[in-house]
Amino acid sequence: MNIGVVVFPGSNCDHDCEYIFKDVLGQSVKMIWHKDTLPAGLDAVVLPGGFSYGDYLRTGAIARFSPVMGGVKEFAREGRLVIGICNGFQILLEAGLLPGVMLRNTSLNFICKDVYVKVENAATRFTNRCESGQVLKIPIAHADGNYYTDPVTLAGVKANAQVIFRYCTADGKVTAEANPNGSLDNIAGIMNADGNVLGMMPHPERSAETVLGNEDGRLIFLSMLSAFGKSEQQSRLVGV
Amino acid sequence: MKAKIHVTLKQGILDPQGKAIEHALDSLGFQNAGNVRVGKYMEVDVNETDRAKADAQVKQMCEKLLANTVIEEYRYELG
Repeated sequence: MNIGVVVFPGSNCDHDCEYIFKDVLGQSVKMIWHKDTLPAGLDAVVLPGGFSYGDYLRTGAIARFSPVMGGVKEFAREGRLVIGICNGFQILLEAGLLPGVMLRNTSLNFICKDVYVKVENAATRFTNRCESGQVLKIPIAHADGNYYTDPVTLAGVKANAQVIFRYCTADGKVTAEANPNGSLDNIAGIMNADGNVLGMMPHPERSAETVLGNEDGRLIFLSMLSAFGKSEQQSRLVGV
Repeated sequence: MKAKIHVTLKQGILDPQGKAIEHALDSLGFQNAGNVRVGKYMEVDVNETDRAKADAQVKQMCEKLLANTVIEEYRYELG
């Protein structure tokens, strides 16, 4: 699988994403500077986490005007896979590729910790290796992850099964206590109506290999591979 | 022409910063202070002498970038 990882000024999870796809899963990865155009032949594009443009104005608000984003929008319109993680999710929202916005966490704190999310829809190209209702432990690291949208949009997103992950307790209960940031309806990740663009606040690339003590996030990347009929190649790291 | 632009959260949108400031004001003894809302103020020089054109441009700036109209509203003065 050919993966493109976009690098914005201020991205800081770009190499983690490269590492997971290339070194852990044995796929081909191209790093794409935000001023370049999207190269031909990509199967999926990753918008990584970080603080693009220092989060100036609003998170993701300026990155969405980066030259590469025209190509990313076109890529998404063609129905191809785009995943935005954390700041990548915020950029997808600002770019209008996903509905809604991120508000400041209700606690005002930058929150960096493991959380549990429930897989609300396992019949997607990003979650097909999960069970419906499965609880994943994946870390979050953000100050602006408080998902908000208007009631009409929210109703549409829910009716269309576009809510993919919701914050929950370790045993899968979606409660106010399990909501780390005040997100509407405990939303941690949503997909577009066509099912080819996913945004999620938790960082699956930080929980995708044994040595990190948590492999739950790997299921997201394996699902993307499965959507292309691929499986992970022998990891370069085996036996290291 | 200079545009003085205010961007604020719409009524009904939770403003955690405003809440924190409100609590701080309260603990300072300003018990009569309430409903604190935090916004942004921006100044933009627009190289345009035609007022109507400048107005249209600033409106577009607000719609396209300076405010996210899902949660924010904006107002500006041109002078």
